[in-house]
Amino acid sequence: MNTTPSSSDFILQVEHLSMKFGGLVAIGDLSFQARRGEITALIGPNGAGKTTVFNCITGFYKPTEGMITLNKRDGSTYLLERLPNHEIPARANVARTFQNIRLFSGMTLLENLLVAQHNKLMKASGYTFLGLFGFPSYRQASAESIELARHWLEKADLVDRADDPAGDLPYGAQRRLEIARAMCTGPELLCLDEPAAGLNPRESAALNELLMDIKNSTSILLIEHDMSVVMQISDHVVVLEYGRKISDGSPQTVRTDPRVIAAYLGVDDEEVQEVLVEVGDEDVIEQLDTGPDSAHGPGNSASMMAGPVSDTFEHADEGERVTVSKGASKAAQVDARAASIARKPQPAAKPAAKSSTAKAAPKKPAAKETAAKPTAGKPGGRK
Amino acid sequence: MAATVSPERDVVAPPIQRAFREGLYAGAIALGLFVLFIGLRTDQNISNELILVQRWLLLALVVIATAVGRFLYVGYAQPAMERAKAEKAKAPAVVAEPGFVRRNFNKIGIVVLLLYPIAMVLAFGFQGSLKWVDNFGIQILIYVMLAWGLNIVVGLAGLLDLGYVAFYAVGAYAYALLGTHFGLSFWILLPAAGCMAAFWGVMLGFPVLRLRGDYLAIVTLAFGEIIRLVIINWREVTNGSAGISGIPKVSFFGLMSFNVSDPNYIAKVLHIAQSGAYYKIFLYYLILALCFLTAFVTIRLRRLPVGRAWEALREDEIACRSLGINTTTTKLTAFATGAMFGGFAGSFFAARQGFVSPESFVFLESAIILAIVVLGGMGSLGGIAVAALVMIGGTEILRELGFLKVVFGPDFTPELYRMLLFGMAMVIVMLWKPRGFVGSREPTAFLKERRAVSGSFTKEGHG
Ligand SMILES: Nc1ncnc2c1ncn2[C@@H]1O[C@H](COP(=O)(O)OP(=O)(O)OP(=O)(O)O)[C@@H](O)[C@H]1O
Ligand SMILES: [Mg+2]
Repeated sequence: MNTTPSSSDFILQVEHLSMKFGGLVAIGDLSFQARRGEITALIGPNGAGKTTVFNCITGFYKPTEGMITLNKRDGSTYLLERLPNHEIPARANVARTFQNIRLFSGMTLLENLLVAQHNKLMKASGYTFLGLFGFPSYRQASAESIELARHWLEKADLVDRADDPAGDLPYGAQRRLEIARAMCTGPELLCLDEPAAGLNPRESAALNELLMDIKNSTSILLIEHDMSVVMQISDHVVVLEYGRKISDGSPQTVRTDPRVIAAYLGVDDEEVQEVLVEVGDEDVIEQLDTGPDSAHGPGNSASMMAGPVSDTFEHADEGERVTVSKGASKAAQVDARAASIARKPQPAAKPAAKSSTAKAAPKKPAAKETAAKPTAGKPGGRK
Repeated sequence: MAATVSPERDVVAPPIQRAFREGLYAGAIALGLFVLFIGLRTDQNISNELILVQRWLLLALVVIATAVGRFLYVGYAQPAMERAKAEKAKAPAVVAEPGFVRRNFNKIGIVVLLLYPIAMVLAFGFQGSLKWVDNFGIQILIYVMLAWGLNIVVGLAGLLDLGYVAFYAVGAYAYALLGTHFGLSFWILLPAAGCMAAFWGVMLGFPVLRLRGDYLAIVTLAFGEIIRLVIINWREVTNGSAGISGIPKVSFFGLMSFNVSDPNYIAKVLHIAQSGAYYKIFLYYLILALCFLTAFVTIRLRRLPVGRAWEALREDEIACRSLGINTTTTKLTAFATGAMFGGFAGSFFAARQGFVSPESFVFLESAIILAIVVLGGMGSLGGIAVAALVMIGGTEILRELGFLKVVFGPDFTPELYRMLLFGMAMVIVMLWKPRGFVGSREPTAFLKERRAVSGSFTKEGHG
């Protein structure tokens, strides 16, 4: 994989990543790529394993299986799953933020950004010894680091509060500060875990601007629940459900994928029906009449494995699906239904065609309507 | 007691009447509490029989004192405090400009410390100053230095260390052993003892790196005990609990000595009268210099990346790792640096006493040092120095309170109440200033203006 000519286009390649916590499979055989200079969004319902993916990439968890390759701009390649935790930001230049903000709340904004430049300053201070005796080289490096901090404080629109404690900032500003702090490490890949969570629309717009600005110099991997943010700024979207990738593509492709609609909405079974109604397949409705509970039974997974049908889909590895789903995966339900429909002699296997390419133009509006729902109607989708 | 009185009645009753009532209640409760503690006392008579001594007069005194105290507090002190508070609230616009003393606290402190022995000699003469320079000056400064050293580990890096006295012991024994066996000079052994203690700091650091909070505290406590037990039981080397005596005195950089028999004895060199006070004064300035070194290094380190990393570690270890900070080495440097200053203080202690034994390195010492750090305000050098002054100076001054014997009878020894007062002082300070004397944190860098960070934002650390 590394030798293919395209590999240097990808800043990050995740291959067959699995993460198990005891019996719980938080991520099952996940593969995706993030292109350099793009914003790649990682979306999915609560508990889909998005944060776990981040923790694997940034070394907080050691993945059970799989390979995470980072290609730096200078051509060097790092296998992130083999690097110790703190060397991932230091050597592979991957920075991250946290879902529940982790600032040094008793330190000032400026100090927060200076801590982020630790490794650089440590070298400049001769591992403390030169700095202790006030060597000029350290003083210069220190002044430079303050300038860099000021640069990012300005970008984050926080320069007026530089000397206030970070814990004193309002929530939205804390989020921006955390991003500024991550940027002060000089990353090539920035991983943001729900940066827009809890922001008001104005703050959210400011954040979008900041991210678009960062994108010019740094590739971004973004976890986000707010669909408006995802649709506006991301170039590529990967959708997870129960630790498994259910869709991957441009924001347009993803938002019209019925499996994403079903999964991402976190819909009730009735709503799955609704989605399919909107997609417009009478046979599906007929099937669903058997009652929602049967969908959770083993019968579901059996139909899921229906051999010949898998050819219809992009995902040919359906059979070895590893999920925590307990039969609850909405995307799997959609798959299963689409599969059983496809088996019947149909005039046109509509859902199947749609899920793969979203070419079914007339049905698009209906799907769009539901895709827009999470932002407005599903506050429970956020933490 | 006040809590049992309902607020409506508070409003209705005039203060004096209420104070009278509460005074009575307090007296009654004190009577109930102390009738068995103070009123009756079991004792042995000459023929070893258990007898009951009745002390009704003392009981009456205590009860009356409690009742009158409560009466005065509710009747006069409380209204006065409320009035003061109301006045303060009325004029909130005037932000109190910090007074001259407060603004120049550090400078004044340094000048006072430098002039202290001279003032004492002028006031009490050479012989009379001994007690004040030695028991107060040197004793307090040793604790200041220890507390500043521990402050690096606990206050900055947020690693709760209950076994700090181990490094003090390592430093003391390093000097004692190397000094007595090889006759090496203090000036060589001081850095050696520091290095040795730092080495043991790292040795302790390695196994406890993964532990946090209570677990870390317990393991460091155990480490302190292990060192003490090794010293007691490794008789061939440490002479067990008998200790090591005859530890050589410090010389004035080899130029002048403080041994009367030496040819370069200070009095002979300078042609002045013999006195033991010279050595004490010299030691005072020596420990003062060591304290300044500790403070200087701490202040410098805080502004260096390693010091910022320590504080960041106290605030959030996971965030530190996400920023590429090697938390392992950062913790180890904190342990090592703190231990090094403990080692310096230890070797000074050995030189000052001329004798070391495991008695000096019990857990209580660790607890006192930690208490000083907490009382002073974690991370603040000035606050810690004040706390050391109050706690150590306060307990030392108990020895001077001979007049209390007149009040409480001839067999009253105030020193015995040292720990009681120590505990009471701690409780009071913690109620009055939960974050210690200096609760705020001085930022290490600033863009426009330096503003202290309120203690409510800083964390104590959990590792
Ligand atoms: N350290 C852990 N130990 C055990 N289980 C874990 C651990 N971390 C995560 N999990 C489990 O892995 C699953 C995925 O969690 P994760 O936090 O990655 O979800 P998420 O997609 O980030 O969800 P959210 O949108 O709520 O943030 C959850 O079921 C969670 O309980
Ligand atoms: Mg998450």
